[in-house]
Amino acid sequence: MAKRNETSRETMTLNDQNVELARSEAPSELLRELVAHLRQNRTQLREEWVVRITETRLLTAMTKEEIFAEATSIYDSYVAALETEAFEALQAYARNLSERIIPRGVETHEVVGIVLLLRDVLARSLFAKYQTDFNKLNRILDAYEPAANRIANTVAVGFVQERERVIRQQQEAIRELSTPVLQVRERLLILPIIGVIDPQRARQLTEQLLRGIRTNRAKVVVIDITGVAAMDLTVANNLVQTVEASRLLGATVIVTGLSPEIAQTLVTIGVDLGKMNTVGDLQGGIEQAERLLGYKVEKLAEPR
Amino acid sequence: MEVPILKQGAVLIATFQAALSDADLNQLRMGLVQQVVKFRSRAVIVDVTAMDVMDSFASRTLREIAHMIRLRGAETVIVGIQPEVAFAMVQLGLTLEGVATALDLEEGLAYLNEKFKSTN
Repeated sequence: MAKRNETSRETMTLNDQNVELARSEAPSELLRELVAHLRQNRTQLREEWVVRITETRLLTAMTKEEIFAEATSIYDSYVAALETEAFEALQAYARNLSERIIPRGVETHEVVGIVLLLRDVLARSLFAKYQTDFNKLNRILDAYEPAANRIANTVAVGFVQERERVIRQQQEAIRELSTPVLQVRERLLILPIIGVIDPQRARQLTEQLLRGIRTNRAKVVVIDITGVAAMDLTVANNLVQTVEASRLLGATVIVTGLSPEIAQTLVTIGVDLGKMNTVGDLQGGIEQAERLLGYKVEKLAEPR
Repeated sequence: MEVPILKQGAVLIATFQAALSDADLNQLRMGLVQQVVKFRSRAVIVDVTAMDVMDSFASRTLREIAHMIRLRGAETVIVGIQPEVAFAMVQLGLTLEGVATALDLEEGLAYLNEKFKSTN
């Protein structure tokens, strides 16, 4: 009990003293205690968690053995994260885990779901352990809750980031597949474009073509846009830029297959067609390319 | 920074290093033309393979070099522009219009050979 006439720090009430005591019992102390409890009861708590996962019908894409194996490593990583507060390691683990389970068809809500279930299972065990000391329980939860929430957050974000990375990778693969740069003769490349060109695809096309020119030492490129229905200003400009950039690498570009609509668009937009070498169709374009390269194609016999 | 200029018969070959300052470029402009005069060269190849970025000043300087050298009756060929650099250049509208370009040194020399053959 404090004396009234002393300095402000000493005129504390009993309640204040309790709070002071709490602050002196550093969070790390409490965390250590809680981590010890979670480690001691590892087997039982993990089992409880797996039961809840199955009850809630999560991770249905995985077998019981797989769930158990993953649950073990997640549990251990969870407790380690609580202990060390090293969330970068946890994030790396989450991405690693995601890399494994995304191809199995596991969804975001399942991953978030199981982490929250684990948080609940562990919280309940803390309630059970400290039920006789309400103040202590509060302090333990003060230490546990922020860390547990941060873990849930980290794992969810890690999972989503991995999904986004996979999607981007697949999109990139699709885009590359759909714009092949083909060598049909020495120093002659053909780039047949089919479908819709958006600014991003147009850019990717240009990059692929320029790399192809360098790799194949092409002197002439025929870009065929027969398969392109429409073109807006951005893409039209991109086409002109592609022609100009190719010239900087020493290659001449012939554009073939302009539909009447696209021809109209280009004229309306005011694209400087003097900069573009155009020929009606792909056949004509290849023939001109061969002439430019010094080839002469002669028919020697009738087809058999 | 000194830009090495080599003589290969009637052709001078200047090899740009990465990161040339504006002062370097100015120096090179004068230096190259002087060399063309001194050796009575018929062509200059400027190899920019090592340049990973080309700004508007460098681009303008290259065009000016080509113009000045043409006034001495010689041809200029820029070689070795990297795909990424070419892409960035055209986006900025730097097209090096009026200046001959080739993929690399070998192509540049082949181009000049053709040109000299037809004009001889």
